[in-house]
Amino acid sequence: MLQGWVIVLTSFAYLCLLFAIAFYGDRRADRGRSIIANPYIYSLSLAVYATAWTFYGSVGRAAADGIGFLPIYLGPTLMAVLWWMCLRKIIRISKVNRITSLADFVASRYGKSALLAGLVTVIAVLGILPYISLQLKAISNSFTILVQYPAIEMPDKQRSVAVLQDTAFYVAMILAGFTIAFGTRELDAAERHEGMVAAVAFESLVKLLAFVAVGAFVTFGMFDGLADLFTRARADPRIEPLMTPFDDFSNYASWTWLTVLSMLAIMFLPRQFQLAVIENVDEKHLRTAVWLFPLYMLAINVFVIPIAFGGLLSFPKGGVDADTFVLTLPMAEQHTALALLAFVGGLSAATGMVIVETIALSTMVCNDLVMPALLRSRRLRLNERQDLSSLLLDIRRWAIVVIIMLGYLYFRLAGEAYALVSIGLISFAAVAQFGPAILGGIYWKGGTRAGALAGLSAGFVIWAYTLLLPAFARSQWLPQSLLTEGPFGIALLKPLELFGLAGLDQITHAMIWSMLFNIGLYIGVSLTSRQSVVEHGQATLFVDVFTKTREPSSFWRGTASTRELRILVGRFLGPERAQEQFAALARERSLRSLEDLPGDAECVHFAERLLAGAVGASSARVLIASVVEEEPLGIEEVMNILDETSHVIAYSHQLEEKSRELEAATTGLRAANERLTELDRMKDDFISTVSHELRTPLTSIRALSEILHDNPDLDRAQRVRFLGIVIKESERLTRLINQVLDLAKIESGKAQWHNSELDLRDIIDDALAATRGLFEEKNVALATQLAADVPRLVGDRDRLMQVMLNLISNAVKFCAPDSGRVRVSMHRQGDCVQVDVGDNGIGISAENQRIVFEKFRQVGDTLTDRPQGTGLGLPICRQIINHFGGRLWVESRLGEGSTFSFTLPLDPRASDDKLAA
Amino acid sequence: MRKPGIDQQRLIATFILGGVLFNYPILSLFNTSSSLLGIPVLYVYVFLAWGFVIGLVAWIAERPR
Repeated sequence: MLQGWVIVLTSFAYLCLLFAIAFYGDRRADRGRSIIANPYIYSLSLAVYATAWTFYGSVGRAAADGIGFLPIYLGPTLMAVLWWMCLRKIIRISKVNRITSLADFVASRYGKSALLAGLVTVIAVLGILPYISLQLKAISNSFTILVQYPAIEMPDKQRSVAVLQDTAFYVAMILAGFTIAFGTRELDAAERHEGMVAAVAFESLVKLLAFVAVGAFVTFGMFDGLADLFTRARADPRIEPLMTPFDDFSNYASWTWLTVLSMLAIMFLPRQFQLAVIENVDEKHLRTAVWLFPLYMLAINVFVIPIAFGGLLSFPKGGVDADTFVLTLPMAEQHTALALLAFVGGLSAATGMVIVETIALSTMVCNDLVMPALLRSRRLRLNERQDLSSLLLDIRRWAIVVIIMLGYLYFRLAGEAYALVSIGLISFAAVAQFGPAILGGIYWKGGTRAGALAGLSAGFVIWAYTLLLPAFARSQWLPQSLLTEGPFGIALLKPLELFGLAGLDQITHAMIWSMLFNIGLYIGVSLTSRQSVVEHGQATLFVDVFTKTREPSSFWRGTASTRELRILVGRFLGPERAQEQFAALARERSLRSLEDLPGDAECVHFAERLLAGAVGASSARVLIASVVEEEPLGIEEVMNILDETSHVIAYSHQLEEKSRELEAATTGLRAANERLTELDRMKDDFISTVSHELRTPLTSIRALSEILHDNPDLDRAQRVRFLGIVIKESERLTRLINQVLDLAKIESGKAQWHNSELDLRDIIDDALAATRGLFEEKNVALATQLAADVPRLVGDRDRLMQVMLNLISNAVKFCAPDSGRVRVSMHRQGDCVQVDVGDNGIGISAENQRIVFEKFRQVGDTLTDRPQGTGLGLPICRQIINHFGGRLWVESRLGEGSTFSFTLPLDPRASDDKLAA
Repeated sequence: MRKPGIDQQRLIATFILGGVLFNYPILSLFNTSSSLLGIPVLYVYVFLAWGFVIGLVAWIAERPR
């Protein structure tokens, strides 16, 4: 009824449909009208996570321990909650750095290390082999079973068939062919395969539809809804315990560990990384994916338990592998179309996984394992080849074939001993080893290459020892004693009870030890090793990807010819593409032609990024190094960097200095401003004082004049007295005005000085002669003591006369009549001549001695005492003496008289200088 | 996500909530043989909690901006 050729034809038709979708997707992408640039396709493509494991294996697991299959889907749900933070960061980092694969990502983070890239690739390939074998097993088993329709017979596990008669072998060959067709038709600089994504999204729909159809058929067709199914299941003693699967604490432990494991797997399975990161069109698609992808998981898992229980109820005698219930239940019910749909659904789940996984792995193998080795070992020959893009594609094609065949080999060697889920979990545990290095790498700048290498290696070794080795032992390829007694009989090293840790299931046990050593060594070695300059730069780029918007800085310090770079890039991308890209760069830098493009560090970096897109970061580095004579970061370079640093420090010192100077200038300005304000105030004071001083005599002149004017019959004696006062006051007014003008002239430096050589004695004699009247009037005694040896000096005779007159008249003025004595003396004092004018008058108190030289300040209460002078005499004298370079001061004691003294310099040169000034 | 700060905090809180809901000891509360509408409570609980977490994330991620 269902011939083998129908199944084969259906399968091929389905695969061709997929290929058509992929072809259409690529065509649309080439025209710039991407069909995958929407969040729903993106979310559906992520559902490649659900493989034959989900489609067939979950049911098998559920039939064995109830809900125990679910952590594999709860983990991704929890991880998806954090995607907006961590996956978005990985996507951004990958876009900025043109990351093309998981290995590329790890290698780039830790200083573009080729060794690390190779290690990651090896772990990924070896780790994924069981997973691929699982898909092959699922497809070949489902085919073998379906061919027997309507009979239900399990494939005989013990039967060993020749490779050429093995269905799985042909399945592997066909899948390899299709994968090559999907993934290696042409070389994309960004390793993006839009058509493949579209096909995978379509497959996700098909497998969901098929699974839900089977589930609905079982639940509502074979049973009377969920309640009926569960009621009947509860009555079955084999099924009843599955409803409460947690019978001791270790169940919870393995539940939690499976959740953690699948959280890491959803991030770091190469195919998930490929679809979620490399094929991501827009970060914003994550907003939808964070809930739509978990919802898909929920939808495809709703009917797992009903199908499992339905299968257990329908095949009470056993003999039917629970892993095949999805297929065998429709078969048992004679539902041909549904059985075929189930087969296609399973095919869809398995092919989606194999295609994406092997494309991702082949990229890694080519870019991170084969090319670096080829470039290093046979660099000369490779460099001679003009177009390497076909070589790259060939390497990838071979890688795909080899990986799938290795998967088949694993299936032949170890595949039959385990159920589907157990096989898949081995792969999950392998890729989980990438967790510390990647998550640590994007959040912790301190992680070093040595730390990542140590952690990954240790985790991988423990994974192989605790999971891979037992798988081979159980398949009789290794002695059983290895498991039961440990290697060489050492019980502590038993792979399933390492270091004596017993009582856990195999996966939990392996995860505990591998993660302990992986994380421990990653952190420990990172903290005790040092990063190179490149590593440090990359670490910063990765961790601060959201805060640093600038282009990744280039660590190339050398230059190269643009032509060489173009030829190099052309070899990998094709000459036209290279020409285009470099022309775009030239346009961007507004250069007229390609030839003007300098081969500077930026251009080299541009070429490196182009190459990284085609062959991965570590290969690109090797390639660029072949044309760029990179100057290593030698002592000189380091000195330059130090130099730059010290320049910066010097600049900062200079800035500090400037700022200090500015502060000082500000302080100076503030002081100057205060002085100006003070001077302004003094000027105002001066003007108001002068006007006051002028008004006093004017008022009396005016008052007396008015009296004289209004009273013509005033008696003569009175009139003469009044007129005398008017004359005296006028004289005082004149004097005052003269003195004010005089002072203003001297202070402003506009005064006229008539200098001549003179004898100070003559001046003193003349002054005394001129004031003789005063002495006689008050009957004051005069004593002079003028030294004869005083040389002549240069000065303005009239001015010095003015000083002498002022001092002498002041002395007389303040002496008591009759008993007063004035003493004038002159003597030489070093380089100066000193003149003293002393009296025995009322004297000046200490505080007043200073203010007598201030303008308009007369000692005594000016309000009650009638002013005896203008208050300008002494200030003018001091100005005159100061002008000649001398000094005027007073020594006095209240009630004992005072002595005014001044000095004048004798040194003609000094006075000449002064005069000149 | 208009205010990245608050949305990220909400997402992290949802993650923690999910971690608690899907683990011991909350899980052990439903590890009983009783059933709801004929369906074992453990299954009802796990799928409802799962749906709740997904709904919460959808609400945080897709709120109108």
